[in-house]
Amino acid sequence: MAEELDELARAVAEAVARRSYGKLVAFLSIRTRDVAASEDALADAFAAALAHWPQTGVPEKPEAWLLTAARRKLADASRRRRTIALSEGRLRLIAEELNAVPEETTVADERLGLMFACAHPAIHEAARAPLILQTILGFDAATIGSAFLVSPAAMGQRLVRAKTRIRETGIPFRLPEASDLPERLEAVLDAIYAAFAEGWTDPAGTETRRRDLGEEAIWLGRLLVSLLPAEPEARGLLALMLYAEARRPARRNQAGDYVPLAEQDATLWDAAMIEEAEALLLEASRADRVGRYQLEAAVQSAHVVRRKSGDADWEAIVGLYDALHDLTRSMVVAINRAVAIAETEGPVAGLAALNLVGEDRRLSLYQPYWAARADLLARTGAKDEAAAAYERAIGLEADPAVRRFLQARRERI
Amino acid sequence: MKYMLLIYSDETGYDKSTKADIEKVMAAYGAYGQAMRKAGVYVGADRLKPTGAASTVTLKDGKTKVLDGPYAETKEQLGGYYIVDVPDLDQAIVWASRCPAAAHGKIEVRPIWEM
Repeated sequence: MAEELDELARAVAEAVARRSYGKLVAFLSIRTRDVAASEDALADAFAAALAHWPQTGVPEKPEAWLLTAARRKLADASRRRRTIALSEGRLRLIAEELNAVPEETTVADERLGLMFACAHPAIHEAARAPLILQTILGFDAATIGSAFLVSPAAMGQRLVRAKTRIRETGIPFRLPEASDLPERLEAVLDAIYAAFAEGWTDPAGTETRRRDLGEEAIWLGRLLVSLLPAEPEARGLLALMLYAEARRPARRNQAGDYVPLAEQDATLWDAAMIEEAEALLLEASRADRVGRYQLEAAVQSAHVVRRKSGDADWEAIVGLYDALHDLTRSMVVAINRAVAIAETEGPVAGLAALNLVGEDRRLSLYQPYWAARADLLARTGAKDEAAAAYERAIGLEADPAVRRFLQARRERI
Repeated sequence: MKYMLLIYSDETGYDKSTKADIEKVMAAYGAYGQAMRKAGVYVGADRLKPTGAASTVTLKDGKTKVLDGPYAETKEQLGGYYIVDVPDLDQAIVWASRCPAAAHGKIEVRPIWEM
């Protein structure tokens, strides 16, 4: 019986943690801007919940219970710290925080403000996605570090530094001014997409943490859409992630080998996820404010047309990459555009487009450029050049499955 | 929160400017300071003399050592500062971006400890 209660309390605490963690962190730190102190207090509150709930039963409003407990911990912590010199202003803030509406039954959702604080331009770009994962979802530094291939100590340090900056520099916890919103929102979207991309680099899903990161990024994307329903780019990002996630089962064959998009078995794609993405994209387009993520999602939409027509809509893809290139001037977009042109106008035209990209020096270390180049060269019959380009691509690839794929292609020339 | 906006720019620029140019810049700073006062964010400001007038002081083995010149030789020098009182960093950044020197130099935005 006791064990069952224990189990139940744990399950409720975990469910509340999942749903409310970010909400509680945001609410606790909005006045003090002290995210680290709020997280510590909340960790203590969750521990107290696990100790108390099996005896007393799960409270009617677990979120409010946790908030009260966390506030008490914050008060204890501030009393302990009083011996350390604290400025009058900070003491006043802590006092205000403790007196602010003592018994709330519902916790106002300040997560949007917290996300904008985490992705503020005064926060180092490499810290933004990890910071959102930690403050909104409660991931620890070791988990985030392993997903981003950074040591737990280094990630911990990066997070601590970023939180100190939020507190000390006066970064606001709110929606930016309308004039700043597009740019600031892009930073939030980029951070969520960075988290998704880290999960995406483990296509076989063998590393659970990284696969989970993909799911968590989608969860964050959904949260953002619900908090900013009028922003089409938030929908665009969620759609883009869903299209990608839908194809996960098709990205490797049974032997664990890499399967390029064009050769994937479309029946393995997750139809429900694709339908949801299509609906999101349609909804986003109604706002008539196109942006990077909507365009990228639209490219994915033109790819999944293959499910019905048997072929991707390459004409549309070229047009979308044109628009994306005008918008971003990105080298990666230019390479994808060249690959699309090869589908509509043939490999010679594709190579010509690729040669225009070829002036960027960073390309010499960019695997997809060499893989695309090798493929197009092979299709024009330039065998030696193709083989040399495949060599470059193979040498730059870190994923063994993709490396095997490139080696097989090279053999086939 | 109080923030100091530190203005860094190439001070040799002034030597190359005509009198009319300098007057124009001064007028721009005048308007900038006026705007701050009107907004109720102005706390204080000073223009510094060029680094040629700077002395750097340190104590070595109990003895005062004075070096003729600024602490660090850099391409852009600290030429002045404003102190503003605004609710958060975003507002401080808005004011920094309005500073005439933001167009050619750099403005460092530093929160001030509350004592």
